[in-house]
Amino acid sequence: MSKLIKKATRESFGEALVEVAKSNDNIVVLDADLATATKTQIFKNAFPDRFFDCGISECNMIGVGAGLSTMGKIPFVASFAMFSAGRGFEQIRNSIAYPNLNVKIAGSHAGISVGEDGATHQCCEDIALMRSIPNMSILNPCDHYEMQEAVKYAATHKGPMYIRLGRLAIESVNNNDDYKFEFGKGIQLKDGKDITLISTGLPVKATLSAANLLKKDGIDARVINIHTIKPIDKDIILKAASETGQIFTIEEHNIIGGLGEAVCSVVCENHPTKVTRIGIDDQFGQSGPAAELLKHYKLDADGLYSTIKNNL
Amino acid sequence: MDSKSIKDLCKLACKIRIGVLESVFSAQSGHPGGSLSIADLLAYLYSKELKVDPKNPQNPNRDRLVLSKGHAAPALYSILAHMGFFQLEDLKTLRKLGSHLQGHPSMKSTPGVDMTTGSLGQGISAACGMALGAKLDNSNVRVYCILGDGEIEEGQVWEASMFASHYNLDNLCLFIDNNSLQIDGSIQEVAGLSNIPEKFSSFGFNVLEIDGHDFEQIEDAINKAKNCKSKPSAIIMKTNKGKCVSYMENNVSWHGAAPNKEQFDIAKKELVAALSKLED
Repeated sequence: MSKLIKKATRESFGEALVEVAKSNDNIVVLDADLATATKTQIFKNAFPDRFFDCGISECNMIGVGAGLSTMGKIPFVASFAMFSAGRGFEQIRNSIAYPNLNVKIAGSHAGISVGEDGATHQCCEDIALMRSIPNMSILNPCDHYEMQEAVKYAATHKGPMYIRLGRLAIESVNNNDDYKFEFGKGIQLKDGKDITLISTGLPVKATLSAANLLKKDGIDARVINIHTIKPIDKDIILKAASETGQIFTIEEHNIIGGLGEAVCSVVCENHPTKVTRIGIDDQFGQSGPAAELLKHYKLDADGLYSTIKNNL
Repeated sequence: MDSKSIKDLCKLACKIRIGVLESVFSAQSGHPGGSLSIADLLAYLYSKELKVDPKNPQNPNRDRLVLSKGHAAPALYSILAHMGFFQLEDLKTLRKLGSHLQGHPSMKSTPGVDMTTGSLGQGISAACGMALGAKLDNSNVRVYCILGDGEIEEGQVWEASMFASHYNLDNLCLFIDNNSLQIDGSIQEVAGLSNIPEKFSSFGFNVLEIDGHDFEQIEDAINKAKNCKSKPSAIIMKTNKGKCVSYMENNVSWHGAAPNKEQFDIAKKELVAALSKLED
């Protein structure tokens, strides 16, 4: 077994960038004055000549990334999700995705677990924004190990890609030696026959804990981790729909436009199944310690358990 | 510049303008005014300056041209066709379903287009990325970027300008097509835009001011830009929107309107007459 690691995925991202850059000279990293927060600082320290701070100007940073990619570079451009996917939406659409350029966009401090900074910085709309853009792929790794593999994959992927990073340190889920990251493939973390819990990113750990609580009540829940939100793994979802029936989706994102709706699309068109979307219920967040916020919005294990029980 | 060179450039610019009129007339939509104002610049760049090869449009060592004011696509398409990047007949397919000539430049559709543009303010950032990429490779690639004067109202232009200056992108040269008109009126009326040279100067650019329809001034400014080390250059070109079509000149209503048959015939007659006079 690999060891259990408690680390924020933003930190794993920064470390992984250094690793992939060692064997690929074309990788360059851009940030918009948040390198210490997005952890691209780790890359900056290792490769100062391949790191470019763009200052507080995300729209320009995204365009510079587009231009660099046309010169054969593989730019990773990073900021908070609110400012990369949010403020830079139109630049991502028109300067990166439409010409299908090879730029990786990182959105850090995603979701409400940003904590004390409050609603202006808690981006729960980034997945919805990025999902709606043609040519865009979306990765949302749930722990240190998954982020390492996701970045390795991203460096080889041709085309636009959005990678979601979290601020909060989280315990690893994938500390097993046979863990394998396959782009576009969901991972079944626990088998089950009664219901399926499909989760992504930070709440995956809490989803597993909720499944254990349900087990005590005699409910056998399957747990699936979706690290690639686009393209989504239809097979694993349809298999779950036909084998377990009711699906719950769990995400640290607005229930509009995120994983939940992606799963709904798959089942509605192929195997109509009841789906209950759990996430941020179309509202803005607020300031508070991350753990308290997750509890308040019922994205901790106890909150998930009670919501699932109430919707069976 | 000798008189033959000037005459050849005048002829090419005239042909570019005919291509603009024919394509916009055929599409019955598009932006003739701002296309005509940059025809002279494009004639100079493609025949005298840019290291590009129509037979190898993706050559990594080519110079880059980013038309940040992407709505002037008809002018870019016209010069690319005249240089042999694709057939001249294609110009009549502008904006038509299935054409490789999209309403705004698309690098994945059209040979010779280096960057997808159209949403104003974005091309300059991509040009900065290209210039930075060339520096990282220690290559001699130069990057040229054409902006509209109305376009520089976009905040991103100034983010990019700060970046270009901060990273000493002396391989980047901007052209500001200062025709003084934007859709809703004059740049002064609409946005209070003035002191353009001072603005770029204060952002750390080597600023040159020229008549954008004078080939010798264009050549001189580009040479000065190439010789300026450690800072990017901005060439502010005074131009005439609708240049060389009598009823379009300095007339904002031709920013984004296509001529009808009668108007097209008048414009074409004027341009063909100008061309045949040059060919005498």
